Amino acid sequence: TKLRAAKAGDPVTGESLTPYTDVTGHNNFYEFGLGKEDPKAKAQNFNTDPWKVEISGEVGKPGTYTLEDLLKPHALEERIYRLRCVEAWSMVIPWVGFPLGDLIKRFEPTGNAKYVEFTTLQDPAQMPGQRSFFSTLDWPYVEGLRMDEAMHPLAILAVGVYGDALPPQNGAPLRLVVPWKYGFKSIKSIVRIRLTEEMPKVTWNQTAPSEYGFYANVNPKVDHPRWSQATERRLPSSLFSPHIIDTRMFNGYADQVAHLYSGMDLRKWF
Amino acid sequence: MVLSIADIHRSSTGRRVFWWLMFLLPLMPLAWIVFKTLEQDLGADPAQTIVTFLGLWTLRFLLITLAVTPVRRVFGWLWAQRYRRMYGLYTLFYACLHLLAFATFILGWRPDLIARELSERPYIIVGFIAWLGLVALGMTSTRGWVRRLGRRWQQLHYLVYPIAVLAMIHFAWLIRAGFGQVLFYALLLALLLGYRVKSLVKRRAGIVHPS
Repeated sequence: TKLRAAKAGDPVTGESLTPYTDVTGHNNFYEFGLGKEDPKAKAQNFNTDPWKVEISGEVGKPGTYTLEDLLKPHALEERIYRLRCVEAWSMVIPWVGFPLGDLIKRFEPTGNAKYVEFTTLQDPAQMPGQRSFFSTLDWPYVEGLRMDEAMHPLAILAVGVYGDALPPQNGAPLRLVVPWKYGFKSIKSIVRIRLTEEMPKVTWNQTAPSEYGFYANVNPKVDHPRWSQATERRLPSSLFSPHIIDTRMFNGYADQVAHLYSGMDLRKWF
Repeated sequence: MVLSIADIHRSSTGRRVFWWLMFLLPLMPLAWIVFKTLEQDLGADPAQTIVTFLGLWTLRFLLITLAVTPVRRVFGWLWAQRYRRMYGLYTLFYACLHLLAFATFILGWRPDLIARELSERPYIIVGFIAWLGLVALGMTSTRGWVRRLGRRWQQLHYLVYPIAVLAMIHFAWLIRAGFGQVLFYALLLALLLGYRVKSLVKRRAGIVHPS
């Protein structure tokens, strides 16, 4: 399905886009398997219609909404963002979506809303990874943002990529994109958005707290305990000239987002 | 009448044909990955695909090599012993390709990155030590070295067990979630090591093996 998106001029990276086949063929979506090619192979029959999203917690207008109702008031725009995986590879992807903050405002956050918690669909019948005996992740997948991060204009909810509706492996029908954080923060196939007073218990942090913090901001100076985050390989890479580039603070979005973390020790709050 | 592998080894032609078969089979994974590379059919991250593939085959050949002696004793396949050195050397061969692919495709031979990986990354350090061990075993695998080292040769080549354990740690340390595959290989290694411990205990107890 072609999506109608008003082209947004900002921000444009000036870097070349990662081709569609790579964006949609190289995914971490453990609900569909551990291999990078598993999601594309195993998610094709994933049913996203009808789709409902529960809005709950510290909001004035809680409820369960159909995807159509949720999206109706929002004009879609194209956002070309760098995506930096915590595994030290990266892509440049043209998303289609709208600011997350606009959606949150519609549901009237209360004064107690300090965080936003997102939850992915749990449906082992459709998601083979959720049936795996050896997985160390607890399902459903949960992610979260601080309220000011969620309201930041760079944080979007995406419904499309390359002008088309999101394929299942990229998180259809609705996913988060937070370009200054490691990819795993950008949760896929969202079924619940809950505003909370307490910091959400996010999946990777619960699984390996020494390796994955709540914030997970892209930071070349703070390594993953098992590998360096100082450089990244931009995909697609060519074998004999591997596209190794220096990782930038906040994935190159420092000018826009660094103020959110002023005064915070980013080694402690990694 | 069914011809067994042992029968094949009774004739010199049979031995030669079978030797070639055993020699060429381990080159199949390499041929496959070269073919996929030329077809450009390795996905968005061919570098990672190739390195992972070669690493996995290194581990498989290591386990095959370690399985030769137990298989010979348990199934009475005396002919298997003839191929132990060959499969040990194939383990080294794939380990070298794995390391070479990592240095070339992932690090681009950038000295700063190589220094960083070898000084800071625990799983890289462990893998590198395992590779050094394999090099030592490979270099002393010739008849000349077997003769020169005498009884010390066997002692030196017992290093293959710690090397296998290091290789398994190297493999497991990379995993972010989902330990099914690692557990599978670790279980195989545990079985092979368990067999060694068992026969060692028996030997200590004075029970001598027939072969």
